[in-house]
Amino acid sequence: MITTTSNSGLGLDSRSRDLRALIVRALIGGNRGHLGSSMSLVEILRVLFDDHLRFKSDQPDWPERDRFILSKGHGCLALYALLADKGFIAHETLDSFCHSSGILGGHPEATKVPGVEASTGALGHGLPIGVGMALAGRIRRQQYRVVVVTGDGEINEGSNWEAAMSAANHQLDSLSVFVDYNKLQSYGATTEVCDLEPLAEKWRSFGFSVREVDGHDVTAMNSCVKALPFESSKPSVVICHTIKGKGFDFAEGQAEWHHKSRFSPEDIARMHAALDQD
Amino acid sequence: MRHTCLNCVYDLAQRDERVVFVGSDLGPGVLEDMKKHFPDRWFMEGVAEQHVVGMAAGLAMEGFIPYVNTIATFLSRRCYEQIVLDLCLHRLPVRLIANGGGVVYAPLGPTHLATEDITILRCVPNMTIVAPCDAEEMARFMSVSLDWPDPIYIRLAKGGDEIVSRAENGFVIGKAIALREPGQVLFVTTGILAQRALAASKLLAEKGIQAGVLHMHTIKPLDREALLKASIGVELVVTAEENALAGGFGSLVLETLNDADQIRVPRVLRMGLPDVFATEYGSQDSLLRNWRLDSDALAARVRDILPHL
Repeated sequence: MITTTSNSGLGLDSRSRDLRALIVRALIGGNRGHLGSSMSLVEILRVLFDDHLRFKSDQPDWPERDRFILSKGHGCLALYALLADKGFIAHETLDSFCHSSGILGGHPEATKVPGVEASTGALGHGLPIGVGMALAGRIRRQQYRVVVVTGDGEINEGSNWEAAMSAANHQLDSLSVFVDYNKLQSYGATTEVCDLEPLAEKWRSFGFSVREVDGHDVTAMNSCVKALPFESSKPSVVICHTIKGKGFDFAEGQAEWHHKSRFSPEDIARMHAALDQD
Repeated sequence: MRHTCLNCVYDLAQRDERVVFVGSDLGPGVLEDMKKHFPDRWFMEGVAEQHVVGMAAGLAMEGFIPYVNTIATFLSRRCYEQIVLDLCLHRLPVRLIANGGGVVYAPLGPTHLATEDITILRCVPNMTIVAPCDAEEMARFMSVSLDWPDPIYIRLAKGGDEIVSRAENGFVIGKAIALREPGQVLFVTTGILAQRALAASKLLAEKGIQAGVLHMHTIKPLDREALLKASIGVELVVTAEENALAGGFGSLVLETLNDADQIRVPRVLRMGLPDVFATEYGSQDSLLRNWRLDSDALAARVRDILPHL
């Protein structure tokens, strides 16, 4: 079993803190948001977008791009931060998060946000769509990869496992799933609500090639992603052990920080203080 | 009708390389020729309708036009959220070929009766719903299905239905067809209720009552203009559908007439399935007869109500 540190200040370099600052900017702009669910994702998305996914931010529909689907749409603030950082959207756009005329909603919409491949929010939709995209690439003999990021509570939904069986049956080694395994879903611990263990065994038994990694360890994540696909003719899954609210000591591992619909001045001060830590 | 529809999928696949077929554990031998000639574009997935619709969405996002086929109940109820979000929200050209719309599977009981698919799908933005009345009309529809930009739910009848459609009427999605000119009564139908309404109108003619039939093969978008035009001067509009009365095709017609300010709204009588689960098996015909949707019952109901208007 891979373990992760709960020491919020450790392991976050300036790049990770800068990305979190963008998330905080949007959180404050919208005065709401899924802080915990977004912070656990940051290093997963950072590694993918910084070093592995092929894309052109000035041409979001570039045919040869890798397809990235954030199936856990409630983690969209982390995706918005990366899209702003990479130039898909302006940094100022983050300030209008959840505003009536803004393009950045509480769940990402493909028709509004450049770089968002599929509208998600209802859980369990990304993987079936990803299977379709991977099959389309095979039909047209295109070389793009399909990456789907799911939550842990999300994979309670049966549609994920329907799609997993199909992906294995079609031997889709161009498809990779990243599970943001922060061990907390909306109500509380995944072990309490709907225990996923043995999670790696589950995916293996569904025909996936599986690796586990500390989802906040950038070096380990990079090595892991570089090795994709782990086996020829098999879809891959990376179980990313993460911490909900990572980087914000008051929110780490706290289910009540899954989502907040209003921030107090003290909340905002604590967010800024966490970002200022060395 | 189903064979005609699926054969058309193969024809379309030969003409257009965007066409793919996705079945959900159908019977052996389905579209064998397409499987042989276009194995890359022929998929037989498992009993997994949520996945199947999501997968079709993914294919459509990449520019393909998937024709998905399985039983109507499973292709509407089971994967409703995938239809709403994956297909309609993204406005993708996926075609859902739904076997056994209405009570076609009467012998199999209520688990297999698609009695509210029209109701639940007509309220979803960007959805298109068609219910051709016979195999020849189905073929005409399929020939124009390729380039329609939105998702289409294709409600199949039992098959072997009497041919009442006419080639000269063609098929334009969203355009109703007048099968018989209205008099004091107008039947407004969809699917195979067209045949029953035509037969009822002949029975009524024998009694000196002129009744027309407006066949709405496209339930959504409804041909509002044709409905309003045909309703002018009519005393009684009778809607007939093989779907729940609650929120179904008749409700749509009633709402459309009620909301129109161009005409004096005639009395609307809705004939359809009652708010109960089927308690009998038998056949499509026997269930429709029990629920007073056969031609004799349609004609009798009109004769009963006309003197009271």
